[in-house]
Amino acid sequence: MKTIVIFNRAGAFAENKDTARDIRLKEIIPAFESHEDVILDFERVDAATQSFIHALISDLLRKYGSETLDRISFKSCNDTVQQIIRIVVDYMQEG
Amino acid sequence: MEMTANEKWISVHPIVLSMIAALGLTVKPEQIRCEKFEAASKHYLVRMGLFKVLQIVSAINIVEHEAAGRFIPITQIRTSDELTKFITEMIPLLHLESEQAKTLGYIVSELVRNVLEHAEAEHGAILCAQYYKKSNSIRIGIADTGLGIKKTMNRSWPATTDLEAIQLALTPGITGTTRREGGTEQNAGAGLFFIKSIASVNRDFFVIYSGNGFYKLLKKNPTKRLSLNADPFKDRHSIDDAMPYWQGTLVGVDITLDQTAEFSMLLKVIRETYSMAVKERKKAAFKKPRFI
Repeated sequence: MKTIVIFNRAGAFAENKDTARDIRLKEIIPAFESHEDVILDFERVDAATQSFIHALISDLLRKYGSETLDRISFKSCNDTVQQIIRIVVDYMQEG
Repeated sequence: MEMTANEKWISVHPIVLSMIAALGLTVKPEQIRCEKFEAASKHYLVRMGLFKVLQIVSAINIVEHEAAGRFIPITQIRTSDELTKFITEMIPLLHLESEQAKTLGYIVSELVRNVLEHAEAEHGAILCAQYYKKSNSIRIGIADTGLGIKKTMNRSWPATTDLEAIQLALTPGITGTTRREGGTEQNAGAGLFFIKSIASVNRDFFVIYSGNGFYKLLKKNPTKRLSLNADPFKDRHSIDDAMPYWQGTLVGVDITLDQTAEFSMLLKVIRETYSMAVKERKKAAFKKPRFI
């Protein structure tokens, strides 16, 4: 199980899409490819933009389908972050 | 470029200041002619950093006070890292409460990233903001002199007018980068819809201007039940499709702080509206039976 602490990469306001893309490409996808599950830890992250979460997980949902949600756990998300993640997960599955 | 002002007063929304600065950056400082301002409020232009950004001399002398808590001077942002630095360092200076800072940070981040990713603007995004004590509100203006919404939308969508392009840009799930539902790995086409929704739920002012097109979300009656619309033309609004041509895009947003809705509550409504819009679009693309 690989744990990625979002605060350490993106700070308390997670908005930098380049950072999100780097986390996805350099950490999440390699973990998936080596059959490792991932915990995205949002402890101390006050807010995240939809663009950040989209850049972080949308391509995973497209490539790996809903199995992505079996392999990623979202830890310590406040209400705001939870809502943003729900929005992105919903429209990626509906689309 | 020539800058003039009323002799008695100068009162401008931050979107106008950002617009002047963005336009001024497209010409050399020696090509800007600035009249001697007479209005008592002329110092405001200095405080907001207009002359500094444009590298011209104002001949207005002022004693500068601490900016903290009152305004964000005209700022030029050209890279993703500059934006992150700006949000981390500038927004806390306004001493907002956590929910309000979240809302402001969200708006600035999404709008400026739109410019950096889509506008191909040589001078990046120009923004400034002002806190108004009387109305307890923050007004923000963001300008660029890039491609404009129509050109970026036309990469994937057949908008024939600037106003049509604005309508598409405000619709959830529509991005100029692809026609594919869900967008690309980096773009979903949700940014402007979120900003319009934040303004709509908080019953605030929101305006967008690109090319000849102009869209203004009108304030809602506080007694009316709040609802979000995926189609911006179904919101209470005004439009103009014959404005003087602006090469690029301008966005203005006012946030009234004492009625800023809980951000997570707002997101619940956005989620429902977004989901409905995707379903309807998907359904519209279904093949229909042929009855003969």
